[in-house]
Amino acid sequence: MRYETVIGLEVHVELATQSKIFCSCHAKYGAEPNAHVCPACCGMPGMLPVVNKRVVDFGMKAGMMLNCTINRTTTFDKKSYYYPDLPCAYQTTQWFAPVAVNGLVEIETSKGKKNIRIKQIHMEEDAGKLVHDIGADVTCVDFNRTSVPLIEIVSQPDLSSAEEVEAYLERLKNLLRYAKVAECAMEHGTMRCDVNLSVRPEGSDQLGVRTEMKNMNSIDAIKRAISYEVARHIDAIENGTEVLIQETRRWDDIKGKSYSMRSKETAGDYRYFPDPNIMPVVIDDAWYNAIQASLPEFPEVKRARYISELGLSEYDAAQLTKSIAVCECFEEAYAVCKSAKDAANWLLSEAMSILSSRKMTPDRLSVNGKSLGELIQLVTGGKVGRANGKKILDAMFDDANLNPAEYAEQNGLIVSNDTGLMEQVAKEVLAGEEKAVADFRAGKEKALAAILGKCMKQLKGNCNPQVLREFLISEIGKM
Amino acid sequence: MKLYTAKSDTSAAKKIVADDMLLTKDMPTAAGSKMLDGYMSLFEAEAITKLCAAGYGICGKASVGEFAIDLLGETSYYGAPSVDGKLTNAAVEILKTDDAMAAVGLDINGSIRRAAAQSGFVSVKPTYGTVSRYGTIPVACSGETVCVTAKNIADCREVLDVLVGHDDKDGTSLSESECSRLNSASGAEAIRSVAVISELSADIDDETKAKLNAAKETLQANGVSVEEISEPLFAAARIAWNILMCAELCNNVSRYDGVKYGYRTENYTCMDDLYTNTRTEAFGDLLKTAILFGSDTLSTENYMREYDKALRVRRLVSERFAKLFEQYDAVLIPACSKAAYTEETVKADPYIAFSENLYTAPASLTGLPTVTAGGVQLIGKAFSENALFEAAKRYE
Repeated sequence: MRYETVIGLEVHVELATQSKIFCSCHAKYGAEPNAHVCPACCGMPGMLPVVNKRVVDFGMKAGMMLNCTINRTTTFDKKSYYYPDLPCAYQTTQWFAPVAVNGLVEIETSKGKKNIRIKQIHMEEDAGKLVHDIGADVTCVDFNRTSVPLIEIVSQPDLSSAEEVEAYLERLKNLLRYAKVAECAMEHGTMRCDVNLSVRPEGSDQLGVRTEMKNMNSIDAIKRAISYEVARHIDAIENGTEVLIQETRRWDDIKGKSYSMRSKETAGDYRYFPDPNIMPVVIDDAWYNAIQASLPEFPEVKRARYISELGLSEYDAAQLTKSIAVCECFEEAYAVCKSAKDAANWLLSEAMSILSSRKMTPDRLSVNGKSLGELIQLVTGGKVGRANGKKILDAMFDDANLNPAEYAEQNGLIVSNDTGLMEQVAKEVLAGEEKAVADFRAGKEKALAAILGKCMKQLKGNCNPQVLREFLISEIGKM
Repeated sequence: MKLYTAKSDTSAAKKIVADDMLLTKDMPTAAGSKMLDGYMSLFEAEAITKLCAAGYGICGKASVGEFAIDLLGETSYYGAPSVDGKLTNAAVEILKTDDAMAAVGLDINGSIRRAAAQSGFVSVKPTYGTVSRYGTIPVACSGETVCVTAKNIADCREVLDVLVGHDDKDGTSLSESECSRLNSASGAEAIRSVAVISELSADIDDETKAKLNAAKETLQANGVSVEEISEPLFAAARIAWNILMCAELCNNVSRYDGVKYGYRTENYTCMDDLYTNTRTEAFGDLLKTAILFGSDTLSTENYMREYDKALRVRRLVSERFAKLFEQYDAVLIPACSKAAYTEETVKADPYIAFSENLYTAPASLTGLPTVTAGGVQLIGKAFSENALFEAAKRYE
C-alpha cells in the first residue's frame, strides 16, 4: 500500500523587540545568566503585566505578512503548569482571541507551488532556561529568556513531506525577516518548531494517529526526524511492531531516534482562562492602517520589479530577494552606482564569497550599501583595480562605516596615473624574465600573464591592466 | 497571636497601618502565610508610595488571614486575632489603639468590610480601577481592591483622596479623569432613593438587623426613600465570585513553589516532591480548599459550565445593578450576617468565609464602590463614592 504523510507545524518565533513583553527588561539573546531580570519576569508577587505595544505591532505585522485576518479585539490568557523555568507557574499566552487567524503561505518545492493554510498566530511569553550542572549535582535557572516575546504560528495539517516542511520554514523566515519582526535563527533558538505528524493510506480522508515532536531547532534534524517517524508509523501500521498512540515524543538527533515523552492520558490540563490583569487589546483603524502601511514590499513583488524595472536576470533577481539584508544593500548600492547589473554582480559574486569564507549567512550581511555603491564607482571608473576592490569590500565587512575612497587612498590601492612608474617597473621585471619573454615570443600567451602578474604585484595592483598589457607587448617588441 | 509588625522610626504626624497584603520594602510582607514568612519585597505598593509622598507615615503592617480570603484574619500563620473570645481583625485593633489614623489593605473576599461593620468603623471599597493594585499580593485580581478603613468618614475620605489616581504600572487602572471623579472636592448628587435587597437582609442576627433598621430609619428621616425589593440574582453573585476568586487564587499562588523564594521543604529528593511537600507544609487548610476548588473549576471538563458561566453571571449581575440604578441611587445591605464571630463559628463551619461572603460578593464581582459605616454597606454606581459618603454620614 502507498502512504501519505500529514504534517502540521507549530513554529515559535522570538520577536525582535528591544524589551520583554510585560516589563522593560532587555530581550536580547546572549548575556550572563539572570542579567536581564526584574521582579516581574522573576515571578515575584505584586508586579502587574503591562503589554508592550511593540509586541502587538509585530504580532499584527507577522499576521499580515502571512495573509491572516487580524482580530481587532485580541486578548491574553493564562496557561498553568509547573516547571522551575516558569517563575509564575503560568505562561501568559493567547488562547481565546489570538492576534491573527486564517492565513495562507505559498511555498515552492520541486513539485511546484502549494498553499499552506495558517490556523492562527498568537503572542506569548517565553520561559526561562534550566542549566544542569552534573558535576555539582545542581540545576540552576536562568530567567533572561522569561517573558521574551514570542509568536506561535500554527499551520493546518497541509504539509506532506520533509521537503515541504523545509520550504515552509524557509518561507516563514524570509517573510518575517522582510518585515523585520524576527531574526528566526534556529541556531540561537529564536525559531523553534513542534512537528505534528501522522500517516494514512494514500487518498484516505481520515487522519492517522498523531504524534508530536517538540522543540526541534534545526532544519536538518527536522528532516531526519520526519523520515524516522514516517518509517516508524508505517512499520507499526503494516507490521504491527507497536501500537501507535497520540503522544508527545522527543527527537534524539545523535541517536537518530524519537522517544516517548508523555501520552495524551498523562498530559497536564493547562487550565486556560482570561488574564484579568490585561484588558482586551482593541486595534482601531488608525493602528491597523499604520501597521499595514509599514509592511515591506513582498519578496515576489521585489523580484518581479528587479526584472522589469532594473533589467536583472531572473536568476540574479531570485538570488538577491532570498534575503532582505542583501536586497537593502543592493538597493542602496544601486542608488549610488546607477548600475543594477554591477551592484548585483558585486553582491552575488564578491560579497557572497566573502560571506561564505567567513561562514556567515546572507542575512548577516552588514555592508553599508551606499559605500558599496561608491566602491563600484571607483572600480568601474578605473580608480581602483577589481582585485583591490574586493580587498576593500572585505575590509567593509569589518567596519560598516568604512569610506572606500579614503581607505583606498590610505592603503595605496588607487590606480596610479603615473605611467613613468609603470614603465620603470615593467622594464625592471622584463629584464629579469628572459625565459618568459622568449616563451611569449615563441607564442606562449601564458608567459605574458606571468609577467603581467609580477608587474601588478610590484605596483600593488594600482595600474590599469589593459594599459600595462599593451605597454609590455610593445616593450617586448622593442627588445 | 501577632497582630502587627511595627516600625519604630515613623516620625510623620499622621500614621497609617498597612495590611500585610501590601508590599513594603522596609518590612516583611507575608500575606498571613507560612509560605511567605519573612519575605522582603524589592519594591513597594503604589498605595504606600503615594501615602509616603503625601507626608503620611506607615507605622506598621497588620496581619491578615492567609492570603486574606477568610472572615477577619483567623487563618493567619501568626495566629487568629481575638478579643474576649470574639474574632477580630488586626488592622481594626490597631486603629482602636490610636496608633494609626487609618488602615489601608486589600479587600478580596470581604474581610475588610466585615471588620468595619462589626467594629462600627468606616471603610470604603472604591470603584475597581481607581486605586492602583501595583505592589499588592495578587489573589483574585478581577475583583480585589485597595480599601481604606478609619474611625470616621472624614479620615476615610482624606486617605482615599491620596490613593486615587491613574497608574501606568497597573493595566486595569482607569484614566486620570475617571479617577478624579472620586476626589472629595468634585462633589456629588445627593442620594434620594435606596433599595434594600430582601434576599440579602434575611438570615441575619438581631444586632445586625438592628443596625440595618437604624440606617434605614435615619435615611428616611432625612428624606431618602427606602424600598425593599427582591433580587434573587444578587444571592447568586456569591457562587460566581467563589468560582472566579478560587480560580484566580489557584493560578496566582501557584508561583509559591519553593524554587525561588519563600518557604522550601527539607523533605525532597526530586522536583515533584519539592513542589508537593513545600506547598503541603506551608499552606493552610482554607487556602488548600480554595486551590483545589479553583483548579477543578478551570479544568477542561468544568471550564464552560463553571468558570465561563461565572463570567456570564458577573455580566448579568452588573447589568442588573445598572438597571436598578436607573430607579435607585444606591443599594443598602448588611456586610455580614453576625455582629461578631467566635472561634467556634469557624470550627463549626470551616468554609464559612465562602458563604458569609453572600453580602460582600455582589460588589466584589462587579467592582462597584461601597461605603461600610454604621454596621451596614451602601453600594453605589461606579464613581459615586462622594454620594455614598454623604449619605452614610447620616447614620455613621
